[in-house]
Amino acid sequence: MTTLNPEMSATINSTSHEHHHMPPRGMMRWLKTTNHKDIGTLYLWFSFIMFLIGGCMAMLIRVELFEPGKVILDPNLFNQMTTVHGLIMVFGAVMPAFTGLANWLIPLMIGAPDMALPRMNNWSFWILPFAFSILLSTLFMPGGGPNFGWTFYAPLSTHYSSDSTALFVFSIHIMGISSIMGAMNVIVTIFNLRAPGMKWMNLPLFVWTWLITAFLLIAVMPVLAGVVTMVLTDKFFGTSFFDAAGGGDPVMFQHIFWFFGHPEVYIMILPAFGIISSIIPAFSRKKLFGYSSMVYATVSIAVLSFIVWGHHMFTTGMPLFSELFFMYCTMIIAVPTGVKVFNWVATMWRGSLSFEPPMLFAIAFVILFTIGGFSGLMLAITPADFQYHNTYFVVAHFHYVLVTGAVFAIMAAAYYWLPKWTGHMYSFKLANWHFWCSVISVNVLFFPMHFLGLAGMPRRIPDYALQFANLNKIVSLGGFAFGLSQLLFFALVIKCIRGGESAPAKPWDGAEGLEWTLPSPPPYHSFTTPPEVE
Amino acid sequence: MTKAPMSNNKKLMIYLVCGCIGMFGFGFALVPLYNVMCKQLGINGHSSNLPEKYKRELVVDKSRNIRVEFVTQIHPGLPYDFGAITKEVTVHPGELAHAQFYAKNNSNHLIVSQAIPSISPGQGTLYFHKTECFCFTQQPLKPQTKADLPVVFFIDPALPKEIHTITLSYTLYDVTKAVLAVHPEVAKQIES
Ligand SMILES: [Cu+2]
Repeated sequence: MTTLNPEMSATINSTSHEHHHMPPRGMMRWLKTTNHKDIGTLYLWFSFIMFLIGGCMAMLIRVELFEPGKVILDPNLFNQMTTVHGLIMVFGAVMPAFTGLANWLIPLMIGAPDMALPRMNNWSFWILPFAFSILLSTLFMPGGGPNFGWTFYAPLSTHYSSDSTALFVFSIHIMGISSIMGAMNVIVTIFNLRAPGMKWMNLPLFVWTWLITAFLLIAVMPVLAGVVTMVLTDKFFGTSFFDAAGGGDPVMFQHIFWFFGHPEVYIMILPAFGIISSIIPAFSRKKLFGYSSMVYATVSIAVLSFIVWGHHMFTTGMPLFSELFFMYCTMIIAVPTGVKVFNWVATMWRGSLSFEPPMLFAIAFVILFTIGGFSGLMLAITPADFQYHNTYFVVAHFHYVLVTGAVFAIMAAAYYWLPKWTGHMYSFKLANWHFWCSVISVNVLFFPMHFLGLAGMPRRIPDYALQFANLNKIVSLGGFAFGLSQLLFFALVIKCIRGGESAPAKPWDGAEGLEWTLPSPPPYHSFTTPPEVE
Repeated sequence: MTKAPMSNNKKLMIYLVCGCIGMFGFGFALVPLYNVMCKQLGINGHSSNLPEKYKRELVVDKSRNIRVEFVTQIHPGLPYDFGAITKEVTVHPGELAHAQFYAKNNSNHLIVSQAIPSISPGQGTLYFHKTECFCFTQQPLKPQTKADLPVVFFIDPALPKEIHTITLSYTLYDVTKAVLAVHPEVAKQIES
């Protein structure tokens, strides 16, 4: 048996001991692997590297904004930094991290030997480094890389962009294909490889939320591919999708983009909901409150996400009735989201809580994500949005939901399952340092941005009026501290992989789920005999 | 777990791939969908580039005064002067009215331009009709020459009651390149 063919090896189980061998060593192991754990690990490391690269860009942005006037970046380079920071964090850090977690955890959680389509899995990972090499290489080309914001609004991306836009489009296509393949794999795995007896309403919530996320990905990533293709043909092949002179409409770009864009933000948060729903019960030593309402809430958030895109476009001169429609639909989303937050809090209520690192991050998630949700509600109010639109208030809002939301959930997941992955316990002391440094600095970083936005500081501008100087200095200092704190995480993970006290199969006494029935680290092929689920 | 799940996998994959292709198509289908919706509902202020006939049977509604304002913009990079001579007029719904614009080519070569009209508020678009407009055709303009550009229009008396002011905005675009692509013979005119 070779590891190239685990779907076959998985079928020949109890009779053969041969395939329990260790994977081949060296580069080729990683290049050719079809093992869900190897691919999960690759995704997670890739995402972490992208997080650091995107983070370095954020640091440059914060250095530039440390003082009014030019500090280090030319305006054009500043625009490239904000654009590529956004693209890298969305498509390079958050999404691959969730795909990595899905790869590692879904087979373990549903009692499967591996993902259903292991070879496609290998492809979906290995095209990603190419996509991001292409994207990053554009920064060094004459004329520079993309400088039109991660939302690449036409005509900025069609009329006013540099020639490297062709490569930007190409890299977005590859990223899209990668996430579509990842999503298909998740769906097929969950549909076909559940352990016998595992009913839909017994699925762990992480599996549920990922299943719904995968459907969202399949629904909207092709639309993104379509809209970048239109930008490409408008710029290079003379079409006029978004060019008013040729009969097109630049506002239509925003409609198509945000038809993708709003479900995309749920793609980046639904798996986080699943993670938090696993961690909070474990450290409250109680069952999750309202399991089925969690499932229904997730489904309704996903469905509603398709009819709210207009809230990004209130100031485009939409008719009043569409503004009202998008405002009310957006506010309705607060209901299922509120159900979730309520359920998490109710799970903790009268539980015997303990505050290990995963729980600390999970609690920080609940509080800080809710702050991000509230500022989102403020932005959903059409008349109020006319003031907040395009200011730092928006920047504060989406960094609360993405950094203290998605990224904190990913870190919580890493702290929760790291002993399972590596077979070693990590240093709680270091983890606590990481947590407290992160949670304090992230608020110093993002909270004052609300006030800057309300006072009228526009986003995506390398310079600002003098009255914003003090708050910007504080924000930048918070940014540097948050960036440095993440190096603690890096050190902790390396230390944990290298060794440490060996972890038992179930290091957290309140944890539930099939993944804890396997030894830590789990064998190369996860469940060679499907477990029985009552 | 031998044959059955494999074929299930295949079946599911076919559905999913079809879904993807369908959504890719849907992205493009949004383009005509958007244009049709905007046209039918008259919501994006996309005023017509085609002449409309004045209906003589229209009853002029003398009880209403609608202020019509004129705004002009030049697409960046076009070496033109372009403006409204008539800044605004007040009309009764149903009556024909005139407005005058001008354009001047400041460059040393022939430029073909196209004006794109847009109406604000968007809800007024369906009720604003142009019988004559320089935006119906592409306008070639010789170097350093000036042209007067007329517009004749009327407002449908069915205009919603809450609309008192309509702004007509023109953006002038350089379409020389596009014209050359279709009619290369124009190039000679430009050189001469
Ligand atoms: Cu949105």
